Amino acid sequence: MSLGVVLVGMSFGAVAVTAGLPSWAAVLMSVCVFAGGAQFMAVGMLGAGNPYAAVFAGLLLNARHLPFGLAIGDMFRPGLPRQLLGAHMLSDETVAFSLSLPAGRTRQRAFWWLGWTLVVAWNGGTVLGVILVSAVGDPNRFGLDATNPASLLALALPALRDRETRNLALTGTLVTLATTPFLPAGIPVLLSLTGLLVLAPRLLRNRARRASGVESTMGSGVASGRLPSAEPVEVPLEK
Amino acid sequence: MLLVIILLALGTYLLRLSGVLLRDRLALPAPVLRLLPAVATTLIIALAVQSTVSNTPGFGGYARLIGVALGAVLAWRGASFMVVVITAAAATALLRLLGVA
Repeated sequence: MSLGVVLVGMSFGAVAVTAGLPSWAAVLMSVCVFAGGAQFMAVGMLGAGNPYAAVFAGLLLNARHLPFGLAIGDMFRPGLPRQLLGAHMLSDETVAFSLSLPAGRTRQRAFWWLGWTLVVAWNGGTVLGVILVSAVGDPNRFGLDATNPASLLALALPALRDRETRNLALTGTLVTLATTPFLPAGIPVLLSLTGLLVLAPRLLRNRARRASGVESTMGSGVASGRLPSAEPVEVPLEK
Repeated sequence: MLLVIILLALGTYLLRLSGVLLRDRLALPAPVLRLLPAVATTLIIALAVQSTVSNTPGFGGYARLIGVALGAVLAWRGASFMVVVITAAAATALLRLLGVA
């Protein structure tokens, strides 16, 4: 997993510099933001000259970190310093990995171990990518411009096995593609959420019904088997 | 640009920290929590497809489109992250070498 993160870090460094960001900005962004998807998105929109969309879309994308913190925030006790540091290490990888382990000392140790590993892998990868681009010139010759969308798809496609997520994502993608030729860069991606306006009421109803169904039969093997494992935020909420 | 990085970093950190600190105090309705991953997935997929298909402005060429599509098929069939990314890049590079725009 760490090797994969190095590679994505490298492609981020390469993509950022190719999009016109100075090297220091690419590295600074990796150190301070530490969230791959939002960084790629922000760089794409910065390159297209849309700084407002870069911040807005990046933050929208990172809104999921709030429930991440709600989900595993208890691992950073005791003490405020640990909470302050641990919060920065929240990521899809650390949260998913932590929740796959039983709660307690093991999970706590695993989180910190992976957290530090990923900090090194992500930032080191970015530096490597920046160096690589200045060494070989046009990175597109090596197909590096394909690594960004490919890595996003590799991370996000498995979530489409959930039918509601799939409907939402495919509708949104069509809206984005249809509006891309006519609107300033950045806006079409945000418009992918228009599907939410149509689907959200029904989606919320369905999910609420499913959730209450699971709760009312909690404890039986059948019910716990129905819990979608792809949604780690649920696990601690059972408490 | 520096301002964009600072705002993005600050906002992201506040989102992370508020979850950690509010853990015992805030009770979001469960359906909203369940919807957040789907929202994130939608944004990611839309961005990925857009940046595969188009350059600013206009169509981005067939080489990358085919390369990423190949990666996507592998990802859907459960290939590892590395395999997906390397295949997409290698296929795109190969097609360009062969003269596909």
